[in-house]
Amino acid sequence: MASSQDRSQGRSGGIVSGGATEAVTFTGNRALQIEEPLIFEMGQPGRCGVDLPEPPKVKDRLNGLRRSGDIGLPGLSEPQVVQHYTRLSQKNYAIDMGVYPLGSCTMKHNPRLNEKVARLPGIGDLHPLQPVSTVQGALELIDRLAHWLKTLTGMPAVAMSPAAGAHGEMCGMMAIAAALEARGERAQRKVVLAPESAHGTNPATAAALGFTVKPIPANETGRVDLAALKAALGPDVAAIMLTNPNTCGLFESEIVEISTAVHAAGAYFYCDGANFNAIAGRVRPGDLGVDCMHINLHKTFSTPHGGGGPGAGPVVLSAALAPYAPYPWIVKDGETWRVAEDDAKVAGTPLGRLKAFHGQMGMFTRALAYMMSHGADGLKQASEDAVLSANYVMAALKDVMSPAFDGPCMHEALFDDSFLKDTGVSTLDFAKAMIDEGYHPMTMYFPLVVHGAMLIEPTESQAKEDLDLFLGALRSLAAKAKTGTAAEAFKAAPLYAPRRRLDETLAARKPILRWKPSNNPPETDPVKQAAE
Amino acid sequence: MADVKYSEEHEWIRVEGDTGTIGITQYAQEQLGDVVFVDVPAAGRKVAKGESVAVVESVKAASDIYAPVSGEVIESNAALADTPGDVNAEPMGKGWFFRIRMSDKGELAGLMDEAAYTAFVKSLG
Repeated sequence: MASSQDRSQGRSGGIVSGGATEAVTFTGNRALQIEEPLIFEMGQPGRCGVDLPEPPKVKDRLNGLRRSGDIGLPGLSEPQVVQHYTRLSQKNYAIDMGVYPLGSCTMKHNPRLNEKVARLPGIGDLHPLQPVSTVQGALELIDRLAHWLKTLTGMPAVAMSPAAGAHGEMCGMMAIAAALEARGERAQRKVVLAPESAHGTNPATAAALGFTVKPIPANETGRVDLAALKAALGPDVAAIMLTNPNTCGLFESEIVEISTAVHAAGAYFYCDGANFNAIAGRVRPGDLGVDCMHINLHKTFSTPHGGGGPGAGPVVLSAALAPYAPYPWIVKDGETWRVAEDDAKVAGTPLGRLKAFHGQMGMFTRALAYMMSHGADGLKQASEDAVLSANYVMAALKDVMSPAFDGPCMHEALFDDSFLKDTGVSTLDFAKAMIDEGYHPMTMYFPLVVHGAMLIEPTESQAKEDLDLFLGALRSLAAKAKTGTAAEAFKAAPLYAPRRRLDETLAARKPILRWKPSNNPPETDPVKQAAE
Repeated sequence: MADVKYSEEHEWIRVEGDTGTIGITQYAQEQLGDVVFVDVPAAGRKVAKGESVAVVESVKAASDIYAPVSGEVIESNAALADTPGDVNAEPMGKGWFFRIRMSDKGELAGLMDEAAYTAFVKSLG
C-alpha cells in the first residue's frame, strides 16, 4: 500500500535513479519533458495578453456593488498561454500518438476527412437558433445519419438527441418506463436485470430511474447464465440491460434465447451499444430482439473521444418503444425539412425533451462522413478488422499472459492476473510499466467478474507492425514479471513518465479539485524546492 | 464470547445477544485494495437479508455490501467517512460498518463459521 506521506512521488524534479547515471537539471526539465507549473502559479499581477484601453469614466448604476477586489485570474502574455497549453498537450497520450488499447472504449482513429467535412462552410458555423429555412442541409444530414443508424441496427426508429452513452441509456430506460406506464405495469415491474459483467452505467441508470437492480451471474464461458436469467424473470421484471458483445469481449451466443425469454416474461431488452464496433455491418441488433440500444458515435463511428470532443449517443428503438421517443426529431413536409418540437406536444409526451436543440451536430457530421466514406462494405470490414486485431492480440499473448476465457474473442482480448501469481507484480504494476514502454495502459480491473482483469481493445486502426511492437512490449513485461525478481522494479514504474507513481488512494480520499493559493503553501512548493 | 459468522459475499457478523456488528473480511479488503469511500446505512433503516445496504469504493472498484441477516440498523460507523482506510487496516476491528438488531436469529444458521469460511476462501484460489 502506498504511503500517503511519500512525497518522492509526483514531481520528481527530473531525477531518475537506478540507471547508470543520475541527471539533475537546473530547471527540473528533462529535455522536452518540461516541468510545467499550473497556470495560476505562472500568473503575474497586472500582466495582460492584450492592450486594453482605459475604461471610460462613466457613472455606473451598480449602487455601490462594483467589485473592488481581485477577480483571481492569472495575468499572462499570449505567448505564455500558448506555450503553457502546448506543453501540457505534449504530456497527453492520444489516439494520434499510438496504440490506445483501452478496452470497452473503442479508441479508434478519427479520420481527418471527418474534420474537413465538419469545417465546411454551412456546417462549421451553424447556430442552433438559425431560422429553419437556412439549415435545410443540416436537417437533412441528421435525417441521413438517422437512416444509416436505423439501417445498420435493423430498428424502425431512432432518438438522435442523447448527448452520449449514459445519456442514451437514460433515454432508452425512460422509454421502457414510459411503455410500462402505458401498460399500467410501472408500479409492478420494478426490477432491472444486469449481468455481473455489465458496464457500471447500466445499473446506475436503472437505479437512477427508481428500478431495483438484480445481477445475473456469468457461466463458465463468460456469458450470461441462461438458466439463472430465466429463473430471475418474472412479473416484477421491467427489463434486462445487456451488452453484446459483452465486456469480456465475447458474443452472447444465446442472445436470441435471452430476448425471447425476456419478451415472454413481458419485459424489454435494453442493449448497451458500447461494443457495437465488433458487429456493425455484420449483425443487426433488431434481428436479435433488441428493444432499444444506444450507439456511441464517439466509439463506433470515430468521432473524437476521451477529452477530444463531446460524445453522442443516439438511441435506436423498436416498434414497441418508438412512440416514446423524446423530442425533437426531423420531418420532411414536401420538399421542406423541419424540426418536430411543438412545445405543447413536447410537454405532453412522457419523455419530452432530453437535451437542448437537436443533438451533437458536430458529431453527427463526423459520424456520417465516416459512414459515407467507408460505405456499407467498409463498415463491415472495419468491424471484421477490429475482431481480427483483437484475436491477433489474444493469439500473440496467450502463451505468456493468461486469457480469462478459452476460444476466440470479439473486438477485445481479456486476460486475468493468474500469470502474475506469486510474482509480487499486480495488474496495476503491470499497467504502470506499460507507461514506461510508451503505451497508454489497457483497461484494468474491469470487468469485475475476472480477477485482476486486463482488457485490451486494439481496434482496427493499428498497422500490424505497430501492433507487433506493442505485443513485443507486453511479452517482454510478462517475461520480466515471471522471473519472480522484478516486483520491486514494477512497483517503481513508471520511471520515465512526467510523474512517477501517483498516490491514487490519497487522490481519491482527499481530492483537491480546485486550485487555491492555500493548497500550495510556499514551503512545500515543489517548483521552489527544485530550485533550491 | 462473541460468535462471528461469515457470508459468501465476504461479510462478517459478530453476534452479541440479538445484535450483530457487520463488516467485510480480511480477504474482501485485500481483493478490493485501498478503500477510498464507504457509504453505511443510517440508524433506523430496516433491511432484509441479501439486500444491498452499503457501498464500499476502492481504487479498483465500487462494490455493494449485502445484509447477511435481516433486522434494523441501530448504529453505523460514522468514522469511516473520514478514515475509510480503517477498512484496510482493521477490517474486523475499527473498520466495522454497522450494527443491526436481528429480527430472525435463525438466519445465522445459513452463514459460515470461521473454519468453513477459511476453507471457502481457499477454494477461491
